[in-house]
Amino acid sequence: MRVTLLGIIVSVVGLFAGAVPAAAHHGAATFDTGKEITLKGVVTEWIWANPHCFLKFDAKDETGAVRNWAVETQNPVAMTARGWSRSAFKAGDEVTVKLEPVKNGEAVGRILSVLLPNGQSLVAVGPQPAATPAQ
Amino acid sequence: MAKGFVGCAMALAALLMSPSSALSQTWNFTGMTPDQFNGLPPGGPAPVRDLSGTWDGGPQGVGATGQEAERAAARPPFTPLGEQMARQNRPGNGPRKVLVAEINDPVSTQGDPAGFPRVVTFELRALQIAQTTNQVLMLYMFEKRYRVIWTDGRSLPKDPDPRWYGYSVGRWEDDYTFVVETIGLDDRTWIDNDGDPHSTALRVIERYHRVNRNALELTVTIDDPKVYTKPWLVRNRMPMRLLPPGTDLMEMIPSASEAQAYQQVISSKAK
Repeated sequence: MRVTLLGIIVSVVGLFAGAVPAAAHHGAATFDTGKEITLKGVVTEWIWANPHCFLKFDAKDETGAVRNWAVETQNPVAMTARGWSRSAFKAGDEVTVKLEPVKNGEAVGRILSVLLPNGQSLVAVGPQPAATPAQ
Repeated sequence: MAKGFVGCAMALAALLMSPSSALSQTWNFTGMTPDQFNGLPPGGPAPVRDLSGTWDGGPQGVGATGQEAERAAARPPFTPLGEQMARQNRPGNGPRKVLVAEINDPVSTQGDPAGFPRVVTFELRALQIAQTTNQVLMLYMFEKRYRVIWTDGRSLPKDPDPRWYGYSVGRWEDDYTFVVETIGLDDRTWIDNDGDPHSTALRVIERYHRVNRNALELTVTIDDPKVYTKPWLVRNRMPMRLLPPGTDLMEMIPSASEAQAYQQVISSKAK
């Protein structure tokens, strides 16, 4: 019975942990699908918006020149379900961003994950984790 | 002691199995994962002529890229006018999708209303249904918009001015099936995110069939003889699940200013 009760509680907690599947308003043809790059940088802006949230950050390229990247995620509803929030980043935060760039070489792409200064990793793709809804 | 524990556990189980659980209050509900969606119990028989409550389409509510093939298979050939209209639309999804910088989706690039039927064909996130004596109200999470479906026996208007969300009347086909007919739809909207066009002659039939207390099925028929060579089902018995009454839905509003910011920062460079 204890097992049954635990199972019920877990399943109900899980009920509120869900998420609508990430439904982009565009396909992936623009992005260099499968190519991953990892950049260490400093956040300049975090835009919490529809149809996509996006993160802007400065990072040095291989020549040492600083480029300002703009990388998108899904919408706030989908990202909230993943544990992201409007206050996930602030200007000046040092972050490590794993991303999939666009094919044309611009400093634009979409986020795969972000490692925060406190060691927490925010994941933007793949199966939905069982996150607690925002309050 | 053991009996007491069992009784307590059973009472808690009954409480938790019901969407009306007092433990079910939550803010900013975003939607269910597939496992959560499929794991909900029936919750008992369907109430008679009653759709009220907050419903979630779960994994199928949002017409994600995985459903593109299904929609493409359901869609009949265009008429010559339909082909001409479809060429004007440059969507981000579906068989005619284009690169991000080339998309001209009026919702994501200009902040226009999704309109009807797109709000149920692709962007059907959670919605609340409320019933009055002469209306059924559909309150959508997406765009935080609502529709009024008249149930007072009136006829649809003749040659109405088009609206983003049209004119709707509804009737109970039987105690568990509510049928809605909608006309007068603004042809600036797309039928879905795949850029499927429609004319102002579009007529949409929605069938909401309540299977049991916690489950609803939605079927949506597109009938636009100016654009499509025959009627087609853009939704075919799509399952929806009843959420607890304490569920507060998150806002999801694609505003014009946010669309513009995305254009400037991301899509204009994503060629």
